[in-house]
Amino acid sequence: MRFGVIVFPGTWSDRDCYHVFEDVLRQPVSYVWHKETDLSRFDCVVLPGGFSYGDYLRPGAIARFSPVMASVERFAAEGKLVIGICNGFQILCEASLLPGVLLTNAHLEYRCQWVNLRVENDFTPFSSMCKRGQVLRIPISHHDGNYFADENTLNELETTGRVVFRYCTSGGEITPDANPNGALHNIAGIVNKRGNVLGMMPHPERACEDILGGEDGRLIFGSAMRVLTK
Amino acid sequence: MFLAKVYVVLKPTVNDPQGLTIKGGLHTLGFGSVKQVRAGKYMEIQIDEADVAIAREKVKAMCQKLLANPVIETYRFDLEALPAPAPAGSGR
Repeated sequence: MRFGVIVFPGTWSDRDCYHVFEDVLRQPVSYVWHKETDLSRFDCVVLPGGFSYGDYLRPGAIARFSPVMASVERFAAEGKLVIGICNGFQILCEASLLPGVLLTNAHLEYRCQWVNLRVENDFTPFSSMCKRGQVLRIPISHHDGNYFADENTLNELETTGRVVFRYCTSGGEITPDANPNGALHNIAGIVNKRGNVLGMMPHPERACEDILGGEDGRLIFGSAMRVLTK
Repeated sequence: MFLAKVYVVLKPTVNDPQGLTIKGGLHTLGFGSVKQVRAGKYMEIQIDEADVAIAREKVKAMCQKLLANPVIETYRFDLEALPAPAPAGSGR
C-alpha cells in the first residue's frame, strides 16, 4: 500500500508515521508538502499530529485551507483511505470531512500518556484486524482532544456505528475516569459516513514497536493495508 | 477604509473550561460576586473598501469561512470608518 504523509508547517508526527510505514510495515511511503496537490500515486494519505500553523485561531483552522486539502477532499470522495491523527483529526473536522470539533481538554492540561481504547466497530477499513470490544493500548499527546458535536450528530454517529474507538479502562469499561480529555461519549475516533475517512486523537504510529511500549497501532495500519490486498 | 472589531464567542451550549478557570481565579481574588465568565476571541481587522455594505459582506464571509467555527461558536462585529490611506507618493 502506498502511503502519503502530509506535512503542514508545524506538523511534528510526520517522521514517526514515515518511520512506521517504511521501517516497520515495509510499505512505500513519501512525504507530501501541503502546497502539493497531486495525490494520485497514493492508496492512503495520513494527516499526522502536530501544531499546524501554531494552532492559531483554532487547531486545524488554517491548515484546512492549505492547497493539498482540496486534493484530500477529492481523494476521500474517490473512496480512498484517509487517516487523520491528533492534529490531523482536528484538520479533518475543520474541513468538514468529519463531523464535530475537538475542543480544549476539559481540565485545560496537555496530556501525554498511554490510554486504553475499546474497539466499537470492527467493520471499518481501519479496525478489521481488531475484534469488537477489544482493548487497544495507544498513547495520546494533546491539549485539544475533547470531542464535541451537537446532539443530532452524536446520535447519528452512535446509531450508525461510526464511533470506532472509545476511551475505556484496561478492562474495557467506559467510565468518566478513563476519559483523558472530556470528550463526549468518551469518543476517541470516528469515521465518516462512507467509512473511508478515520479521525482519531491517539497516536497509533507511536505504538507499532515493542521497544516503544506496544504494537497495538499496527492493527489500525494493518487493517488499512488489508483493504488493498483483499 | 474600515476597522472591523470582531467578537467570536462559544455558543451557550458549549462548555467553556477556560471561562470556568478564570471565574475560579476571580473568586480566589475575592471577587465573590462573579457568577459567570465566558472566554472568547477578539480581532481587529482593517479592510480597504470604499463601500460600507461591501466591507460588511466581506467581514461576514470571513467570519463564516474562517474566524468562527459554526459548530461551537457565534460571531458579531462592529464596523468603524477609518481615514482613507494616503495615496502612494503623497506627502513625505
